Parts: sequence; structure tokens; C-alpha cells
Amino acid sequence: MSYLKLENISKVYPTKKGDFQVLQNINLHIERGEFVSLIGHSGCGKSTILNIVAGLEKPTTGKVFLDGEPVTGPGPDRGVVFQNYSLLPWLSVWGNVYEVVDAVFPNRSQAEKKSIVEHYLSVVGLWKHRHKRPDEISGGMKQRAAIARAFAVGPQVLLLDEPFGALDALTRATLQDELVSLWKPTADGNGDGGPVGGTDTVIMVTHDIDEAILLSDRIVVMTNGPAAKVETIITVPIKRPRMRREVIHQSVYNDLKDELLEYLHGRPTVEMR
Amino acid sequence: MSKQIEQSVTHSVLSVRRLTLPSHWMNGLMNGLRKAGYLIGSMTLLVLLWEVTSQLSGKALPGPVSTLPIFWDLVSNPFYNYGPNDKGIGLQLLASLGRVFAGFLLGALIAVPLGIAMGVTPFCRQLFDPIVQVLRPVSPLAWFPIGLAVFHLVGPATIFIIFITSLWPTVVNTAFGVSSIPKDHRNVAAVFRFSKWKYLTKVLFPYSLPYILTGLRLSLGIAWMVIVAAEMLSGGTGIGFFVWDSWNALSLERVISAIVLIGLVGLVLDRGFHYIEKRFHYGG
Repeated sequence: MSYLKLENISKVYPTKKGDFQVLQNINLHIERGEFVSLIGHSGCGKSTILNIVAGLEKPTTGKVFLDGEPVTGPGPDRGVVFQNYSLLPWLSVWGNVYEVVDAVFPNRSQAEKKSIVEHYLSVVGLWKHRHKRPDEISGGMKQRAAIARAFAVGPQVLLLDEPFGALDALTRATLQDELVSLWKPTADGNGDGGPVGGTDTVIMVTHDIDEAILLSDRIVVMTNGPAAKVETIITVPIKRPRMRREVIHQSVYNDLKDELLEYLHGRPTVEMR
Repeated sequence: MSKQIEQSVTHSVLSVRRLTLPSHWMNGLMNGLRKAGYLIGSMTLLVLLWEVTSQLSGKALPGPVSTLPIFWDLVSNPFYNYGPNDKGIGLQLLASLGRVFAGFLLGALIAVPLGIAMGVTPFCRQLFDPIVQVLRPVSPLAWFPIGLAVFHLVGPATIFIIFITSLWPTVVNTAFGVSSIPKDHRNVAAVFRFSKWKYLTKVLFPYSLPYILTGLRLSLGIAWMVIVAAEMLSGGTGIGFFVWDSWNALSLERVISAIVLIGLVGLVLDRGFHYIEKRFHYGG
């Protein structure tokens, strides 16, 4: 029995020109503690899958089960890091994290809630910027705040929608490493799972092949839309902790990259001009 | 020799700095002077047009020269009170402002919650929108007899007119602001299970506040326009009554003076609200 199960998910949007099928018969079984990436061309419905797991969209057919329970709507057990940060612009960085902690743990004491906020803002390096509003910080810092917000409510499953797509390469690499250390803080032996307990299962939507290989246990490759399906699922057999500089020189890394490129762009053909 | 050059170079650098330091003061000053110049220019143009019109009408319309002493008379002693039919212009303006704010605040008290309800639930929007659309184009003065019938008194009836006037822009803007809350913000509230109260205070209200304030500013502006007409009907006190009374006393100079003052007060109200509006504008 898998921890997170997607059974026969399909999604049809009714439009003026008739129905538009985004997803068709998606079946996915994700184990507890896995890091799974969804990769595919834009428009293949990978964000739609994420929204369905989050409960923000209803599937046309099929069901999602988390720990045996059917998903009926959005909830803090499935934390979301949105594509465009989605911080509330009138609240400070601190306020953005505090309000969700307050919403999810109404019964905890004020001091407890504040210490949770402090912990996660410190981990992502935003503690000294906590009084700033979102329009006063960089894109990387906004995404850090959004990640801190998602982890601070201790979700069972973390859903990331192209979290680093809008960032420059250097910031992206730093944030990828920070994400891994937040996800499995015990892996490199530096402490507990944080004050609200561990988030150990992650689904990430991405279109970055390197990012997918570096972070994931398994990579789900989608066919092109409309009516996208799961093309294949590739297991990444690289041991953790993965050091960026070492991993990219391993032959298995390059093999995986070739395999993924082939799925996404087809076999290289020789064109005569 | 070289030392001399060096010295002269540092000297000139210093002198340049001494010139540049107050230069952004200078810029500010120049900017202010330019604005003042335009203001003086546009006022001169207005007075000139007024004088020309006055000459063309054969002095039927009093010109600036004959109006100014009367204007000065009114403004220099604004708060005298010689009984019900002879009050200073300051008292008249205050009476009008009092009615405007009373009606406006009552209107806001109804319009903001109604607008929020219409923005949040499609049910309320479908239900109330036709009512708003039908009543909004009606001249507020048409409500005067209704006000009289209900309250039997001129004062409350005038405030009632202002109340009705103030409703529409605030209702429409508030409903628009609330219904345009981005899906991203609503998704955040849904994923993290915000309570109704938290959604209202941390998402809905902060997001729609700029829209609400714009609605209130428009409402106040229209209320200030309508009060003059309303007081012409109701009589008694107020700047509208003053205009009508001056006409009956055949003093167009006093009418023109009142027009100038009404314009200035309206400008101050609008700028004041605009300042509040800007303070609550959030960047993305």
C-alpha cells in the first residue's frame, strides 16, 4: 500500500470549442520518504497534477489517496510552494510565515508559534530580513520565504511547482541544496526534523533535467499534452548525500541525462541543410 | 610646480563639490518654482477669461475687480453669526461639511460591508447588482421628497440625500476589489486553511483596501457636489443655501466667491483622501 496514490486521474476542461483533455489516466504510487519529480514540456499538465494532489483542482475522474485517505480539498498536510512565491504583499516576511503557522496550529501557545517561525526563517537565512515586505527582497529571498512557510506547518507531503524556475543559476543551486537539507535534515547528521516534525515526501514539478536528477529518487516523464500520460518513470540510483560537484562527473548521471533528453526531445536526427 | 597643479586640482574638485552639494536643493527649488509658475499662469488665464466674459456680458456678470472686495469681506470675517439669515461663510461651509460627513460615514458603514458581500458571494452579487444598477443613475435629489416624507425634517432629509449619494461608488469599487482577489492569494488561504476571520483580515481586507479607499474618495467628491444642490432645495444653512440666498439678494459677486470656496474645499478633501490612498498601496 503506497503512501500517496494517484488512481486513474484524468482532467478535462470544458471550453467554448468543446472539451479540452489535459490529463489522461495518470497512475502514480509514491512511497513515504520519496522525492519524486514530474518532468515534461510546458503545457503537459504537470502543474495540474500537482494542483490535484494539493486539492486545489478536482480531477474529472480518478482519486488521490494520502495514507489511505481520499483527498477531498486543500489542506496543510500537503504544503505547496507556488510557482510565483505567492507571498502576501502586505505582510512582512515574518508575518507571512507566522500567519500560516497561526492558522494551522491554533492551539499552540504564542511563544511556541513564534519559535517555529524563528526556526524556519533562520534555517533559510531570512531571520535578519524578517521585517521586510516581499517587494523589498529579491526573487531568491521570496522563494526562501515561501519554502520556509511551507515547511513551517510540517506538511506530510510537500508540493513544489517549478520552485526555482525564475531564479538565476547560482541562486537556484544554493536553494536546491537548502531544500534537500530541509527535506532530510538527519541525512547529513545535523539535528532533528525541526519543531513541527518531518516532511519526508516531496513532489516537484520541473522542466530542468539536471535539477530533477540531482534531487529526485524517481523522475516521472510526461508525454506532450493535450491528454498527457505518464511516458515512463526513471529511478535515480545515485546515493545520498549527493554532492553537486561529484555527481555530475559520474557516468550514471550522464547516462540518465541522455535518457531523459531522448524522452523529451526524441532521438537526435541528422538534418541536412 | 606639480604640487601647485595638484593643489589647484583639489581646489577645483572642492569647489565643484561645494557647488554640487546644494544642487539637489536647487533642483527641488527649481521644481517648486516651475510648479508655482504654472499655477500662477493658469490662475491668470482663468481671471483673464473671467474678465473678458464679464466685459462681453456688459457687466451683467461681475468681473474680478468688483468681486475681489466682496470675496475679501466674506473671508476676513467667516464666523460671525447674526441670526438664522445672516451667518459667516465659514459657518455655512462647516454646516455643509458636517452634513456631508454625516451622510458619507453612514453611507460607508452600509456600502463597504455590502460591497464585500457582493464581491465574496455570487449569490449576493446576483441579488444586489440589479438594484445597484437601477438606483445608481438616479439623481440623488430625487430622493429628497422621500427623505422629507420619512423624517419630516429638512436637516435629516439632506443627510439622507448625501447618504444615498455616497453609497454607489463605494459599493461598486469595493465589490470589484473583493472579486478581483488573485487566485494565488486565495490558494494560499485554502492550502493553509485560513479561518474565515483570518481570510477576512489578512487577505480580503488588505487586498481590497485600496479599491475601497478609491470608492470612498469618489463618494466623498460626489457628496460634496450634491450638497450644494441639496441645500438649495432645503434652505436654512449651508453653502448651497448661501449661494441661493446670494442670488435672491442679487449679489452675483457673493455667488462667485462661494463657487471659488466650494472648489477649494473640494480640492482639499480630494487631496487629503488621495494621500491616505497612497499610504495603503502595496507593491507586488
